[in-house]
Amino acid sequence: MSFPWASQYNPTNPAMKWIDERLPLPRLVYNAIGAGYPVPRNLNYFWNFGVLAGFALVVQIISGIILAMHYAPEATVAFNSTEHIMRDVNWGWMLRYMHANGASFFFIVIYIHIFRGLYFSSYKAPREMIWLLGMVIYLLAMATAFMGYVLPWGQMSFWGAKVITGLFSAIPLIGPTLQEWLLGGFAPDNAALNRFFSLHYLLPFVIAGVVILHVWALHIPGSSNPTGVEVKQESDTVPFHPYYTAKDGFGLGVYLVIFAAVMFFAPNFLGHADNYIAANPLSTPAHIVPEWYFWPFYAILRAFTFDFLFIPAKLLGVLAMFASILLLFFLPWLDRSPVRSGRYRPLFRPFFWVFVVVVLILGYCGGAPAEEPYVMISQLASAYYFAHFLIILPIISSIERPDPLPASITEAVLGKDGEEAPAAIDTIATTGGAATQPAE
Amino acid sequence: MIRNLGILVGLFFTGVLLYSFLMGAYTYLTEEHVETAEHMFHEHPKSLSQSSDGVFGKFDTAQLQRGYGVYKEVCSACHSLEHVAFRDLQAIGYNEAEVKAIAASFQVPAIDPETGEASTRDGLAADKFPAVYPNDVAARAANNNAVPPDLSLMTKARHNGPAYVYSLLTGYQNPPKKLAEEFPDSMPGTGLHYNPYFANLNLAMAPPITAEGQVSYADGTKASVDQMSKDVSAFLTWTAEPKMEKRKQTGLAVLAFLLIFTILAYLSYRNIWADKKH
Repeated sequence: MSFPWASQYNPTNPAMKWIDERLPLPRLVYNAIGAGYPVPRNLNYFWNFGVLAGFALVVQIISGIILAMHYAPEATVAFNSTEHIMRDVNWGWMLRYMHANGASFFFIVIYIHIFRGLYFSSYKAPREMIWLLGMVIYLLAMATAFMGYVLPWGQMSFWGAKVITGLFSAIPLIGPTLQEWLLGGFAPDNAALNRFFSLHYLLPFVIAGVVILHVWALHIPGSSNPTGVEVKQESDTVPFHPYYTAKDGFGLGVYLVIFAAVMFFAPNFLGHADNYIAANPLSTPAHIVPEWYFWPFYAILRAFTFDFLFIPAKLLGVLAMFASILLLFFLPWLDRSPVRSGRYRPLFRPFFWVFVVVVLILGYCGGAPAEEPYVMISQLASAYYFAHFLIILPIISSIERPDPLPASITEAVLGKDGEEAPAAIDTIATTGGAATQPAE
Repeated sequence: MIRNLGILVGLFFTGVLLYSFLMGAYTYLTEEHVETAEHMFHEHPKSLSQSSDGVFGKFDTAQLQRGYGVYKEVCSACHSLEHVAFRDLQAIGYNEAEVKAIAASFQVPAIDPETGEASTRDGLAADKFPAVYPNDVAARAANNNAVPPDLSLMTKARHNGPAYVYSLLTGYQNPPKKLAEEFPDSMPGTGLHYNPYFANLNLAMAPPITAEGQVSYADGTKASVDQMSKDVSAFLTWTAEPKMEKRKQTGLAVLAFLLIFTILAYLSYRNIWADKKH
């Protein structure tokens, strides 16, 4: 599963040797994130975000487990128990702000991670499975985040739960029954809160499991890279450790600085004021909006304002919203261009950047009140969203004439192909170097 | 196959969206735009600067105590403070004896130890501020059908909360003539009061702070209406997040640590990659 020149784990310490013979866990780590994993040498900072996403998930799980020790998932006391955490639990305010902002930062990181994948076509063969598992993680993360937002049982928690579960009521025939079944009642109440808490505690561990599969699948072909040209020779790669552990360490520092700045100095900036009002089924907030990371999809949902061919607008909106996420699963087969990297795809590039702007516009409209001109803008932007993936990408991939690709990663970096020999300056590399392949 | 199906699905959704857009645009262009009173007359909060603002912000305990005085003498007649315990008041500069005295001046619900019947007793430091009304029905009955909201979290439960509270308290005025002419239905009804900082323009709360010296300040500060409103906004900023000072101090230490860590991480990154072109 790795490249022939990957260095082999060779413990000298008798204790490590003893462990390795009985349970090769040190070997697994060495081959996964150690010197035994050759990685393309030309990864840019956008390749930091996978590690950052994993880190953000761990922060969420740890802070969440401690919060759950102090939180009470019961409709009459949930809101007060959240305030109890903020006021009376030692460092409770820090844990809660870490968890609430950590969710937002998790989504910032995975959105950058996904858009990196879109630009550099990281979903293409042989990496389809990595992409599919990543999409599963994304879906699970959305479900987890939605249920987590319900737990403080503020006004937006309650009404968000009502609106989102209400989407299922648009399904013909079984819709209303399905919604009641999901909520355990006619409206969000204790039954819903309890099951959301249970699932909110469960799903992160499911995510962690899928993350392991995601990373496993990644280690079969190895990381993609900004040129999109596959690794051919040892000089194309560097060992993960120390090169990328160092780079990820720096990336993590930058991430933590930004995270801490928001968490400690603007902890409610990404939230909604209404969620500091206890849930009240008798008083509807003026604008019900989900958390910011759902805004683009919320805009797509609300863009369908007219019935079409006897299909009610609400059902169309729900179908479109789910379709807008599910179509990402088919991306490896929609985009058939043999070239991966957007750098060498002159026709793809402008459409990609239009798509980025369109998603930002959708996000803005999703957070805005449902009135003109936001609805009309969301309609045009949503139309582009679907057209981009389902019409433009397939057409581009058959008519585009890509720019010439470098012969190898080494050529892209050094200007000439072939092995760079000088071991004299290569002081830190710990690769075995015995089994180098000749350049093509 | 997938691409052909995809194109059909794509054409369907883009088609429906463009159809909706055209229908919506036609309606938008042809129908008359109805201006609402709220849209025309509702105002954003005035700007308010507080000592607790900013990265280095700290509460002014003298101001918080004055604000507590305003709450106690004015607001607490109708508004509860259910998330705040009397013991919390030590954080704004009251000593233990003072906190006990403050707590004892409130009656909290209790069970009579002899008969088991509901009764009340003097508050203890560990008690939270008691509810003002036994339930929402009683609250409505006493307040022109409006429930006075709990104030513990008020400055976090409104956008730009501290400035909102200050603006609302100082924003009562006679309804503008234009409102009476153009939106007679939006004029304050019986028992309602016009205030452009309130989302619905008219609210059931009568102007609470009306006269200079309404609350007697022990520290000699002039108790103008503006000063009292500022002080109670500061107090409610504290009640909404009593741990704010600690949060900001911790944040500064965490950021200092992380900046040093990040600089070191950057240097080791540069060092390790020094011989590798990439």
